[in-house]
Amino acid sequence: MKDKKKGAVGRFFAWLGADLKEIGKTFSEGDWKTRVSYLIFGFGQIMRGQLVKGITMLLLEAAGLYFIIGFGSQYLGKFLTLGTKTRGFNPNGTVSYGDNSFFILLWGLLSIIVVIALIYLWRLNIKQNREAEKRLAEGKALHTNKQDLASLLDENFDKTLLALPVLGIFVFTVLPIIFMILVAFTNYDYDHQPPAKLFTWTGLQNFANIFSFGGNGFGSTFFSVLGWTLVWAFFATFLNYILGIAVALLINQKGIKFKKLWRTILVITIAVPQFVSLLYIGKMFAADGLVNAYLMKWGWIDKAIPFWTNKHYARILIILINLWIGIPYMMLIATGLLMNIPEDLYESARIDGANKFQMFRKITMPYMLFVTGPFLLTQFTGNLNNFNVIYLLTQGKPQSVNLTGKAGYTDLLITWLYKMTVDDSNYKMAAVIGIMVFVVTAVVSLVVYNILPSVKDEEGFQ
Amino acid sequence: MSRKKKTGLAVSYIILILISIVWLFPFFCLIMQSFRSYATEYGGMVNYLMPKNFSLDNYKFLFDTEQTKYLHWYGNTLIIACVVSVLQTLIVICVSYALSRMRFAGRTALMRIWLVLGMFPGFLTMICLYFLLKQMGLTQANAVPGLILISIASSGMGYYVCKGYFDTIPKSLDEAARIDGATRAQILVQMIVPLSKPIIIYTALVAFLAPWCDYVFASYVAFGNSDGYNVAVAMQRWVWTNDYQGYFTRFCAGGILVAIPVTVLFMFLQKYYVEGITGGAVKG
Repeated sequence: MKDKKKGAVGRFFAWLGADLKEIGKTFSEGDWKTRVSYLIFGFGQIMRGQLVKGITMLLLEAAGLYFIIGFGSQYLGKFLTLGTKTRGFNPNGTVSYGDNSFFILLWGLLSIIVVIALIYLWRLNIKQNREAEKRLAEGKALHTNKQDLASLLDENFDKTLLALPVLGIFVFTVLPIIFMILVAFTNYDYDHQPPAKLFTWTGLQNFANIFSFGGNGFGSTFFSVLGWTLVWAFFATFLNYILGIAVALLINQKGIKFKKLWRTILVITIAVPQFVSLLYIGKMFAADGLVNAYLMKWGWIDKAIPFWTNKHYARILIILINLWIGIPYMMLIATGLLMNIPEDLYESARIDGANKFQMFRKITMPYMLFVTGPFLLTQFTGNLNNFNVIYLLTQGKPQSVNLTGKAGYTDLLITWLYKMTVDDSNYKMAAVIGIMVFVVTAVVSLVVYNILPSVKDEEGFQ
Repeated sequence: MSRKKKTGLAVSYIILILISIVWLFPFFCLIMQSFRSYATEYGGMVNYLMPKNFSLDNYKFLFDTEQTKYLHWYGNTLIIACVVSVLQTLIVICVSYALSRMRFAGRTALMRIWLVLGMFPGFLTMICLYFLLKQMGLTQANAVPGLILISIASSGMGYYVCKGYFDTIPKSLDEAARIDGATRAQILVQMIVPLSKPIIIYTALVAFLAPWCDYVFASYVAFGNSDGYNVAVAMQRWVWTNDYQGYFTRFCAGGILVAIPVTVLFMFLQKYYVEGITGGAVKG
């Protein structure tokens, strides 16, 4: 293992060395057009008539430098401290605007990324010059501008297709995620909110907090919430899965009429937006809701059942209501897949005298598990982060003084994270929780992925 | 044997009927309570099912623009859903085609990075996104374009199902077309897209349904400005904070007005939805 790692690092430096050598060689062997291109991107390309390539390069360089010099540098310089000047009053009574740690962190980060992008662009620019020189030396013609443009719809079509999506994902997913990971190493919370206050780097303090038990530590709450999150995801995934298949089998039986009608009835729950159905059902089970009212009216109970205020009732009820949401979905998937099971498998089992349950256990389940293994995994990780069901039903309640950070007994990590961001402005801990969710998801995915039969043995069930 | 089979079927029917009752009961209650008279019966939480006198009070209230912005919220959601549906589908098609058909440097790296990014919880970045949108002036009253931007910006990562479908279209078709002189762009527009109608409808349908349930970002981006709400945010506030002012039955009515068109559309396109989720489940 260690050797392998060393190998990777070694390979990286070998590659870096070779690349630097190549850059030097291009400079020493190149003509003056290429050499000028080392400072002015695209110069060589423009001089050789490749206007489209050259001007794009030049414009990108100009934009990048303009961004860093005109905008980014003021934030980059303060990146290591995240600002030192608090907002206050000048001696003459006017407000003096201090540093804004939030923007220093965000725009500083963006500037660093732009610098990296410029370095990449510089390397690309050198490469293009080198290739152009080589082609000319071999007596071949360069691509014309028209060819360059046309290639964007043909052999370079992938760049056209992916440019916008990749940019969008970068700005609205990658940048924010890196930003929040950095926030986990700061003290950004309610008491350190820009613009009035500053926040700063605190190293691993927040991570220490999440593993510290007793006092104000988040440790016991974190593991309590994590435990329930895993239990919930397990039941939500596998109960739905098994019962969904069972319902599909029930409807698929020979001799059952109105198959389409039964399916449609179930499918309505997928179609109706969850905020309508779940908010309503949540209220049905409230202390003054329909269910309690009728049970009392019929004299079955004297006092309202504390569906949402008792920790155990609330947890069980959530899992049951999730069946109402999840069974139809699984039923739809299973219906299609069950038809693919070769009928003769059942036929021979019947001849051997197997009963229905045995056939379900020995034929149906193994087949379904094999086909839908990866799907189960995504369902499980999806349920780890199933915000809607929990939040619309209970908002994580019942709350308890035994739990820190305003967590409740039905909170998943994800709803806890949400509450910390919105209600508490405890951004630093929210960021840590977010990273923990990532770790849990990644570990579960890796472990499961490695034991899945369909990954190990692609030809298996055939 | 035949008698055993008959009892088996009878039991199955009984179970199915029970299931149907459980599944339909909440909707039945929802409809009944939406018809309660607001004037004669208190409109808050309910402890009985059948209204004492049927009335359309709650529905009339929803359409009264002087008293409530319900129609405005409904319009907001409809705009978001339509725009997101179209743009998201376009982006997903582009990404899926590039990843399914083209081999370029960094392709597997890109897919791996997106897979890892997908493991971060979406709400982690909420505050950062809020400030990004605020810089662009797309929060509060302007929440609608802001929400659209957020929804479509990261939609490229949801390519799995669509790419899986593209992978099943034989590559020999592409090669034949290329020999005939078609460019990649022409192959995508003239061949792949028409062949992938079911999956495109599925993608558009799912993208259209999502904004109707979007509560988290929508409420955060609107930040208390009721002009920027979508129906989910507004209805949720009716239930949780205005419940005591008798808004519960109005929520029921408002919910039904949302549910009916969405459900009808869904039922209409159900075939494609089933195809999409089944394909997605097998591909993983």
